[in-house]
Amino acid sequence: MANTVSHQAGDHHGHEHGHHDPESLKTLGFWIFLMTDVIIFGCLFAVYIVLRNNTAGGPTAEELFKMPGVIAETFILLTSSFTSGLAVLMMHAGKKKALIGWLAVTALLGAAFIGLELYEFVEMVHEGATISTSGFLSGFFTLVGTHGLHVSIGLIWMVGLMLQLRRRGITPVTKRKVEVLSLYWHFLDVVWIFVLTVVYLMGVM
Amino acid sequence: MAQSTHSHGSHGHGQGHGGHEGGHGSLKSYVIGFLLSIVLTIIPLVVVMNDMMSKNGTIVLILILAVLQFVVQLWFFMHLKEGENAKWNIAALLFAVLILVVVVAGSIWIMTYNTVAH
Repeated sequence: MANTVSHQAGDHHGHEHGHHDPESLKTLGFWIFLMTDVIIFGCLFAVYIVLRNNTAGGPTAEELFKMPGVIAETFILLTSSFTSGLAVLMMHAGKKKALIGWLAVTALLGAAFIGLELYEFVEMVHEGATISTSGFLSGFFTLVGTHGLHVSIGLIWMVGLMLQLRRRGITPVTKRKVEVLSLYWHFLDVVWIFVLTVVYLMGVM
Repeated sequence: MAQSTHSHGSHGHGQGHGGHEGGHGSLKSYVIGFLLSIVLTIIPLVVVMNDMMSKNGTIVLILILAVLQFVVQLWFFMHLKEGENAKWNIAALLFAVLILVVVVAGSIWIMTYNTVAH
């Protein structure tokens, strides 16, 4: 018994050294970046919440938001968060084609989300609700636009990674890249849930 | 008694090592996470669209559901508690959430009582 325990302790020591594995350190570094992004979004949420009633005679949230489109965007993004998880699952099973396939599905869903959001923005601008109309709309376009920008960057990143996976296959480096990208994608889904709750649902209440 | 504690402890370590391989979740955990996140999205939509509750009650409910959704994504999709850097991930997350709460709650608090801006 004592033997087993000391063996376990020794093992654990070796494990501590394993922390210097460069790929897992990069994943941790990316996580810390995501946490700084949490704070950026937190500031934008604070700005929006503070300004949301300052409509300066322009349209209010209730008049402006069209829920069917927003609900579609929400379920599209939720599903894409799930499919990016499936991609990671396929990667760990060593199935390169299925991995690239699920990433492609995720990217298509992401593109559909961005398409719907752009359509929503263009429609708002046509109704005369631009970023300079009121404090409410400045906060709205900055917050929702920053999220949309994140999703767009994720899309470009995803396409690049799919090309790299096709060329290099599943290596420790591409593995870490897929893991980090899927963390980013789940994170964007979480941010969207708060956008849906704080901006849209509280706006039409 | 002491022995059983020991064996329990070493079992925990063993699991930690095993988690190295199994730390990426299973299809089951992704499907459960997906279903939970759909349910947690549908409830606030139904409650708000049908005006089922008082305004303050709805705000509290949908905020709680959003936080639950966050926890579901962290747990079932991001596998926050698995992997070798789990404790650092959690430490960074807690710090970020602390800053988030200070910024958001502080801004609302100050601006609510700011009579100059209104």
